[in-house]
Amino acid sequence: MSSAENVVFQPIASRPPPSSVQGPIAWMRRNLFDGWVNSVSTLVVLAVLGLTLPHLFSWGVAHAVFAPDNAACRAVVEQGACWGVVSEKYRLILFGRYPFAEQWRPLLACGMLIALLAASCYRGFWKRWLLAAWVVVLAVFFALMFGGVAGLTPVETARWGGFPLTLILSTISLVLSFPLAVAVALGRQSKMPGIRTLCVMYVELVRGVPLISVLFMASFMFPLFMPQGTTIDVLLRVLVGMTLFSAAYLAEVVRGGLQALPKGQVEAAQSLGLSDWQTTRKIVLPQALRLVVPAIMNTFIGAFKDTSLVTIVSLYDLTGALQLALGDAMWRKFFLEGQLFVAAIYFVFCFAMSRYSRWIESHLNTGTRRQ
Amino acid sequence: MTAESPIIEFKGVNKWYGEFHVLRDIQLQVARGERIVICGPSGSGKSTLIRCINRLEEHQQGHLIVDGTELTDDIKAIEKIRKHVGMVFQQFNLFPHLTVLENLTLAPMWVGKVPKAEAEERAMQQLKRVRIAEQAKKYPLQLSGGQQQRVAIARALCLTPKIMLFDEPTSALDPEMIQEVLDVMVELAGQGITMLCVTHEMAFAKAVANRVIFMDQGQIVEQAPPQEFFDHPKSDRTKDFLSKILSH
Repeated sequence: MSSAENVVFQPIASRPPPSSVQGPIAWMRRNLFDGWVNSVSTLVVLAVLGLTLPHLFSWGVAHAVFAPDNAACRAVVEQGACWGVVSEKYRLILFGRYPFAEQWRPLLACGMLIALLAASCYRGFWKRWLLAAWVVVLAVFFALMFGGVAGLTPVETARWGGFPLTLILSTISLVLSFPLAVAVALGRQSKMPGIRTLCVMYVELVRGVPLISVLFMASFMFPLFMPQGTTIDVLLRVLVGMTLFSAAYLAEVVRGGLQALPKGQVEAAQSLGLSDWQTTRKIVLPQALRLVVPAIMNTFIGAFKDTSLVTIVSLYDLTGALQLALGDAMWRKFFLEGQLFVAAIYFVFCFAMSRYSRWIESHLNTGTRRQ
Repeated sequence: MTAESPIIEFKGVNKWYGEFHVLRDIQLQVARGERIVICGPSGSGKSTLIRCINRLEEHQQGHLIVDGTELTDDIKAIEKIRKHVGMVFQQFNLFPHLTVLENLTLAPMWVGKVPKAEAEERAMQQLKRVRIAEQAKKYPLQLSGGQQQRVAIARALCLTPKIMLFDEPTSALDPEMIQEVLDVMVELAGQGITMLCVTHEMAFAKAVANRVIFMDQGQIVEQAPPQEFFDHPKSDRTKDFLSKILSH
């Protein structure tokens, strides 16, 4: 009888899953032919790709002209792409009206800034020296672009253009708008009604106006309010306008993160004797910002593409410089190829931001989600 | 401060949430080293009562004096009191973005200005005390509920508190994990810290409390040593409550 009273619990050892749930056939069945709706969709998509891809290949590669040969381009019109427009005009598209002989300067400046941006993405580098590196690189960037030092010919901002303009406008406006956005989002939750009202008014006012209007105001109306004789560089005015604009959107994103934080987190920090500022810095912001990484990156990507609107205040960013390049009657016909080239540059950067967003999200959340 | 003066004193404390009168004329004195269990139906104000002690909730009338300092809007006084009052929450409220060790060293380093190495050493001692030292490098959400609550207790102990407040510390736990948390609390009870504990664990109340307080509708209905409280409750309301809570 003693064996009946003392049954030993025997756990069943874990076994590998059966082969029907692994391998390429199982994968296709699960992902492409899972039910008749999916199967039909898969076939339709395959058919559409089968019909279009050969034409696309024939136009974009097989019959395309890659050399900057205008006559050859005109000969294959409607059958092949004329990438010649890019090979002919790429320096104008990339650097706008920046003096041709000096274009190594924006190239070097952009290379440095992109390297720094890439380095800043890595969390292990988030140290004090990175801040110093930013100051140095931005100083060198502007020194290279402006000239007038170390024997470089001065180049006024009106002649800056193309990719360097797009890059510096988006980098500076985003880097500056982020802390501003955090401050405004915290201000909206302030106990002081004055600060709260000010922050709400700022956000509502700026969000209620299109970016184009903000740029117009920065560019044309602002100088009217200034005393006679003082001029502020148009680039600087546009930068301020864009920073204020994206900060308003970012502030709302950050506020969403602040509100999603459970109340118990703040109570726990308070019960430990942390001051309001310590609670915000150590407990609230690290968690709130993590929650909204995808939304922050979404705003960043939007702001990056919005820089193309500066064309309307006569700054020739990447898209503006393309219009300059297509001003040449010989090549105007091939605007589509030029647009595709510029679109590809935007895509590379936006896609990189998007991938980075996903990586940093999972990286920051290590251990903070139930495994 | 003489040893006889109460460490916590409520003098006619009242509190409202909007129109709702949540604490009504609370008179309560807690002696140093006393261990009090507060029970009562939900909504009776028992959590609010202990949350007033470290000013997570503010009272609107009456006087509340903690360790010789009256609680008012004075933020300095509040922070001074919080330095010596540990609190354990029903939902643990550990900081999920910090490791267990970082959760424990946060307040000593930033509030107490203790150097990192010393704060970590003290934190490890507290983790050993709650028998969880091997989990120091993990993140809270990688632990079970019972382990998380023990970390929360250790975090509060790192303040070297004179008073420990427990707000239903076992209510969010799976049945299998309640005991490991209660064991730690019983052990603490033997060490002279003033404890106020909102709980329905009546076995715990019998084992460690000097006094049991029963609250209903924002009032203290009855208070007595556990033996007397459970065996000879005076009011009908208490008898009714005890019959429901002890029947299963």
